[in-house]
Amino acid sequence: MKYTKENYQKVVDEFTPKNKKLKNFVLAYIFGGGICLLGEIIKNIYVSVLNVPSDEASVMSSVTLVALSALLTGLGVYDDLGKYGGAGTVVPITGFANSVVSPALEYKREGYILGTAANIFKLAGPVLLFGYFASFIAGILSLIF
Amino acid sequence: MKKIGKQTFVIKGDVVIRDTYTIAGKKEGEGPLKDNFDMIVDDSLWGEDSWEKCELKFQQTAVENLMKKNKIDKNNIDLLIAGDLLNQIVSSSFAARALGMPFVGVYGACSTMALSMGLGALLIDGGFAENVICVTSSHFCSAERQYRLPLEMGGQRHMSAQWTVTGSGAVWLSNSGSGPKIKNVTFGKIIDLGVKDANNMGAAMAPAAYDTLKQHLLDTKKEYDLMTSGDLGTVGKNIVNKMFNEDKMSIEDKYDDCGTIIFDIEKQDVHAGGSGCGCSAVVFGSFLYKKLLNGDIDNLLFMSTGALHSPTVSLQGESIPGIAHCIGIER
Repeated sequence: MKYTKENYQKVVDEFTPKNKKLKNFVLAYIFGGGICLLGEIIKNIYVSVLNVPSDEASVMSSVTLVALSALLTGLGVYDDLGKYGGAGTVVPITGFANSVVSPALEYKREGYILGTAANIFKLAGPVLLFGYFASFIAGILSLIF
Repeated sequence: MKKIGKQTFVIKGDVVIRDTYTIAGKKEGEGPLKDNFDMIVDDSLWGEDSWEKCELKFQQTAVENLMKKNKIDKNNIDLLIAGDLLNQIVSSSFAARALGMPFVGVYGACSTMALSMGLGALLIDGGFAENVICVTSSHFCSAERQYRLPLEMGGQRHMSAQWTVTGSGAVWLSNSGSGPKIKNVTFGKIIDLGVKDANNMGAAMAPAAYDTLKQHLLDTKKEYDLMTSGDLGTVGKNIVNKMFNEDKMSIEDKYDDCGTIIFDIEKQDVHAGGSGCGCSAVVFGSFLYKKLLNGDIDNLLFMSTGALHSPTVSLQGESIPGIAHCIGIER
């Protein structure tokens, strides 16, 4: 072979199409911002229409978004949003819900226990683990100081 | 010995490609080759309850319909050579379970169609078999699931990523009858130039495609009306052209890639093109085979290209080895 591992990468870079970064940034901003705006609207509805206290309304708004995302994942819509929204649909809490529901659906065919239950955190697992670990560290620190 | 040059086996007797049968999925059925397929299946599950079961139905039906179309009995088939992309090549072995023929399962990732046809041709020319059926399949959903992420996971595909073809192509090889004939077979070496990006399979496979193609041309000293690679997509195809241009043996006007033929790259949102075992199988069985039958081309160098990618060893830091096999066909 006339190429080596070292000089072949240059050839690969020459012909590999670049992702449209600017377009992706703008779309991520719009989709991510849109999801957060929706969260605010839901919260305000809880506060003004249902007279829920503001801090509780925030939690309820998050739960509503998670439920909405799970529903849209099940209906096969969220992955289409993700195609355009990119990081804008991955980073908000709705993206987390999508990453839990999508393997749950995918592995249902292998049974509820060894399929869905065993694989449901396949994508979200690292987030949960490091989340638990970070809260453990924070707990220790608050105990000491 | 029936070997010439470094890697090419010459078929001295008759190995006739008697007929083919192709089944394509919905997206493939909306592409530029839509009028060439024998059957198009619009439902991604085809009435089954999983994508794996659907894929094996593709493969089984392709073989059954090929035999029905030509009124051949399964007892007259000496060997079924089949492969696919899934773990334990389940689509092939489970389809073979229902077909009830002597079966050899092969794995060469997306290079499996040329691999199985090459092996079939050698067995027939060696006098070990009279009739062989070669078949491969792939399914977008079962491949995504095994190699990438759950389907409903929202995210963006890289611009160099390819779209796994949903489809199956079966080919009937025989030592008698009329049709295009396999004249030589070149099995390739595994070439790995260190590409680790699973979203850029075309770049991972291109060096192997170049290596096999060049060796075949050096071994046989033949000129072809058309040379096709299996599923390099736009990225890999451009790299192969660059490599041949550097050698001052430009093939651009006679070379194409099944992954860029099967889809309308601009309109069908497939990024770099089609891929998968089914890609070269359905393009050969429909479009290319018809070109040979019609006399649009007198000869064809058909190559399938495989990225021997494993999600497990990839995570362990390994790169993606490439392989390519080709067969020379004359009408």
